[in-house]
Amino acid sequence: MDHELTLRVDGAEHRLSVDPRTSLLDALRQRLGNTSPKKGCDHGQCGSCTVLVDGVRVLACLTLAVTRDGSEVVTADGLSAGPPGSGGDHPLHRAFIDEDAFQCGYCTPGQVCSAAGMLDEFARGRPSVVTGDLGADPELDDAEIAERMSGNLCRCGAYPGIRAAVARVGREREGTR
Amino acid sequence: MRPFDYQAPADAGTAVAAVAARPDAAFLGGGTNLVDHLRLGVTEPGLLVDVTGLLPNGISDDGGGLRIGAGVANADLAADPRVRRHYPVLARALLSGASGQLRNMATTGGNPLQRTRCLYFQDVTTPCNKRSPGSGCAAIGGATRQHAILGASEHCIATHPSDMAVALSALDAQVEVLGPDGERTLAFGELHRLPGDAPERDTVLEHGELITAIVLPPLPVAARSDYRKVRDRASYAFALVSVAAALEITDATITDARIAFGGVAHTPWRAHRAEQALRGATPSDETFHAAAQAELADARPQDGVDGGNAFKIPLLTRTLAGTLRDLARQEA
Ligand SMILES: Cc1cc2nc3c(=O)[nH]c(=O)nc-3n(C[C@H](O)[C@H](O)[C@H](O)COP(=O)(O)OP(=O)(O)OC[C@H]3O[C@@H](n4cnc5c(N)ncnc54)[C@H](O)[C@@H]3O)c2cc1C
Ligand code: SF4
Ligand code: FES
Ligand code: FES
Repeated sequence: MDHELTLRVDGAEHRLSVDPRTSLLDALRQRLGNTSPKKGCDHGQCGSCTVLVDGVRVLACLTLAVTRDGSEVVTADGLSAGPPGSGGDHPLHRAFIDEDAFQCGYCTPGQVCSAAGMLDEFARGRPSVVTGDLGADPELDDAEIAERMSGNLCRCGAYPGIRAAVARVGREREGTR
Repeated sequence: MRPFDYQAPADAGTAVAAVAARPDAAFLGGGTNLVDHLRLGVTEPGLLVDVTGLLPNGISDDGGGLRIGAGVANADLAADPRVRRHYPVLARALLSGASGQLRNMATTGGNPLQRTRCLYFQDVTTPCNKRSPGSGCAAIGGATRQHAILGASEHCIATHPSDMAVALSALDAQVEVLGPDGERTLAFGELHRLPGDAPERDTVLEHGELITAIVLPPLPVAARSDYRKVRDRASYAFALVSVAAALEITDATITDARIAFGGVAHTPWRAHRAEQALRGATPSDETFHAAAQAELADARPQDGVDGGNAFKIPLLTRTLAGTLRDLARQEA
């Protein structure tokens, strides 16, 4: 039986009716025409479907759409410096271009959303497994960035550029804190 | 994928009744394991009962320990200052599992109940006693790099994949369960079962029993604790072997130790014999190796088309020794 739900996606509200089997990824791409999140594996193994749901980075392929009724979803397309969908670049978009952080671009929307979620987690003092002292606030060095972004694979191997882009936006944020 | 109904009841009692009433119903937590299995055809429920909205999702002080609601996300648990300070082994185990995105989704109740990553269990075209009882075990004589060296049976040689569960085993956690017949509490060490001749059952939970909370006892020894995981990649991979360890050292003598292993058995493997070998001994490499040997005396490696898993015995020995060496050096 289909279920009615409301999703806010990149600032715009949508009502849709879905089969419970529909993933959030398929709902976004096939029902709402938002092809920003990509289907790399459909099994939680690559990160290319990463979106922000209520501000938190998650995998849209392992999320059933029906479980997110009433949620605010932000894809790399709607990510901007202002409110979702308000247009204009997010600093991560700029940094990915400036640091040459992609080749084919397939993983990029997932990388960008993951980086946005990750930088928020970092700003809240959340540790990672490579954080030496779990009692102290972590430092955003290269090892921390690599570990925190490890859920996003890039088959073009653009990792050095990706880490540089994330580091740059991380530093800019530190500066404004 | 077989069609299924979906419900998101408002309270735990309704959820338990809904699942208990239908043999083909399942609870849905973060979905990071279950949704994958729906897609692979590993399981084909007719009803999913979403419990993420109704389970407690806070962490509260509890008689010197901590009560963790089953709805708490793995990422939130790992970030909790009390966990980081008093149970670092648990924070580190959680953080070494999966990825940032998955830890935001995965729940305290769902993580210990995730199913094996055995390749054949996940491949519906191959025989598997766990997925399809009585069909045989394609892993025996197949690719066994990820498989068990302790407690396996002729029916199943799978390992339990959770990192969190290894830490909970070492910490003597308790599991609070609500079932059709009411509440019960069990020791975390009793939750998982060895495969024996019924590998289809990972745990002692009955159909319809819902994990509502996990309780950590006050455990001073856990202040000096850590989790070390060895895997094929630096991150975002399951354990080949892992060690959860806590050590109390008084006047250059080990006065208490908690040890559990991951990646080597059908359950998180609490290493009681290693603990016994450590208590009362002087911390040294000889002591640590003797502890590993005491626990691994009964280990039975598997041959396999991929070279088998005999490497796990020396690897786990060194991983335990290295973890204990570093803990012994830490300030208490
Ligand atoms: C690519 C990938 C890599 C991963 N790497 C790791 C890793 O390195 N280490 C690791 O430990 N894990 C890893 N995981 C697994 C992940 O940690 C688990 O999938 C997750 O913890 C399961 O929790 P969940 O809430 O999503 O459970 P779900 O998928 O919702 O449910 C899992 C099972 O538990 C049942 N269930 C859920 N909640 C309850 C409850 N409260 N009471 C009773 N039954 C319940 C469900 O019916 C289902 O059978 C990985 C997963 C993926 C996809
Ligand atoms: S090891 Fe267990 S899970 Fe894997 S194929 Fe054999 S019976 Fe199935
Ligand atoms: S498509 Fe979701 S993780 Fe690969
Ligand atoms: S840029 Fe091609 S996969 Fe990452």
